[in-house]
Amino acid sequence: MTKKLLVVVVAILYILHQDIWFWRTAHPLVFGFVPIGLFYQACFSVAAAFVMWLLVKYAWPSHLEREVEQGPAKEDRTT
Amino acid sequence: MIPAIVVFIYLGVVLYIGIFAFRKAKSKREAEDYFLASRSLGPFVFLFSLFGTNMTAFAILGSSGHAFSNGIVTFGLMASSSGLVIPLTIFLVGTRVWALGKKYGFMTPVQMFRDRWECNHIGTVIFVVQAVLLVPYVIIGIMGGGTTLNAISGGWVPYWFGGAIVALVVMGYVFFGGMRGTAWVNTFQTILFLLFGTIAIVVIGVGMGGFGNAAEAMLNSPALAPLLTRERISPYYFFSYTFIPLSAIAFPHILIFCLTAEKMAHFKKTVIFYPLCILAIWLPCVFLGVMANRVGDVPEIRAKQEARRVLATQGKTMAPEQRDDLRDKAAGDDVILHLLKRYAPFWLAGLLGAGIMAAVMASDSQILALSTMFTEDVFAHYGGKARFGESVQVQTGRIFVVILTLFAYGVALRAPETIFELAIQYAFSGFAALSPLLIAALFWKGSTKWGALASTLWVAAAVVAVAVFQQVVPAPAPGPPVAYWSLGGTEIISRTPGGTAVFQFMPVVPMVIISALLMIVVSKLTNKPSARTVSKYFDFLRA
Repeated sequence: MTKKLLVVVVAILYILHQDIWFWRTAHPLVFGFVPIGLFYQACFSVAAAFVMWLLVKYAWPSHLEREVEQGPAKEDRTT
Repeated sequence: MIPAIVVFIYLGVVLYIGIFAFRKAKSKREAEDYFLASRSLGPFVFLFSLFGTNMTAFAILGSSGHAFSNGIVTFGLMASSSGLVIPLTIFLVGTRVWALGKKYGFMTPVQMFRDRWECNHIGTVIFVVQAVLLVPYVIIGIMGGGTTLNAISGGWVPYWFGGAIVALVVMGYVFFGGMRGTAWVNTFQTILFLLFGTIAIVVIGVGMGGFGNAAEAMLNSPALAPLLTRERISPYYFFSYTFIPLSAIAFPHILIFCLTAEKMAHFKKTVIFYPLCILAIWLPCVFLGVMANRVGDVPEIRAKQEARRVLATQGKTMAPEQRDDLRDKAAGDDVILHLLKRYAPFWLAGLLGAGIMAAVMASDSQILALSTMFTEDVFAHYGGKARFGESVQVQTGRIFVVILTLFAYGVALRAPETIFELAIQYAFSGFAALSPLLIAALFWKGSTKWGALASTLWVAAAVVAVAVFQQVVPAPAPGPPVAYWSLGGTEIISRTPGGTAVFQFMPVVPMVIISALLMIVVSKLTNKPSARTVSKYFDFLRA
């Protein structure tokens, strides 16, 4: 359930990247000099970091680390 | 002169870090130590060096240049989309490749593909396509070094000498330090660039009399106001660009780097902080690139704006060669260097120049990756390691580093830079279209070697086709795309001022989709690897 929710969150974030709503305007200038379109995309980067934190917290493939810790099997390669 | 001396001192420090500071006693597995730093990098070095590896001259100088010509759209196109897609692919693919590498001893992507799909020569085909797409990066890195040293020194250091110095420094620490030296140099360079990037934006902002005035003045200028919006870029193009960051995880140097982490937990910080690192580096570069349009007292920048104006007003009546010439003159790849020369004091310009050199010199990882791929996928795979031993394999890797660097330097002296800039554009699309191979290998039991071969051959053919198309059909003047092939009123293939459009999308979109479809369809029609191999991977990955 949590993983499905995270897939939806990532999909929403991807859609939010296509911010057609700020396409043709520079106003308002945030802090007096940053066009709103650029400010939005900078905020998007922060949101991406937050979603990555959610992924790491709730969907981390820790079973792989446990498997590796059980010991290497390097001789098992076929080529 | 003073900035050039500061940069030379910086290069000396980099060489010291790479060669001497992090040498390790000989381990039993000599090749794994040289090529992968014994899979022992800690979380801090792993984050900064992986990020530094991905931060090329094209990313830094190219981003400000793109922003100078196209405006704020550059950040959304190239940076924020990467801030979502790259850490996501590191999370999904990088961690799994790390675990498989640790478990089965893989050192290159092709080794994993050969084992996963039980193939031999098909792996060699994938190696060749990866290598051909990667070599232009090494060449452009050396070109960037020559250009930057020449610009920082005010012409005192000639291009050939600057390129030679950069080539020698990079070759030196890759030759002696291998992956460990490269990782520590990249870490040092990334921190340097983060630090000096921040200083640069403050110094230039103060010099320009504050960004608020500059932004207001741009909004009041009909010619410059569109640079503060995205109205000149099509939403289709903007959407297409989100496919480009898929290339990052398919780049061999990035995937090989994923194998160097000591623990999988080290990926956590990288995945979380990657978008913030991109924000910290790209936002100043893009913003400065845009604001450079308000600098009226730098003759070089005025010349670029004049070339852009002539191209926009008279481009349609010009010959294609004249348009190309004006495009070169209007290109803004060196605007940051001009801003530094204009607004930063000499000593600071030198330090900031060193920060830019840090980005320019990211070709070290590509050189090492090509050396790893050659010695593992060709030399060792075809019996060289079994016959001559691991020490000879490592020496072969070192000789390969020297030969490749000399070759790249020789080409950099003779060929025009624009050719390789174009090659890199094709390479991004090519590697993005190779990403379905990784997804299929790791997440789909039904994938086969024939599906992988079909995807790889498609990618090679598509990259060549786009390159030939853009050579044969000249770029039109700034404005709407020119339809080359239409059907029933629908534009299928168009030539745009900056490249090619397929159904109004960038070529990377159909390249990735068709690559994935070929992987699916051809795999469905062909025999799967043995149940033992499939179970070896998927019992492990889904345990």
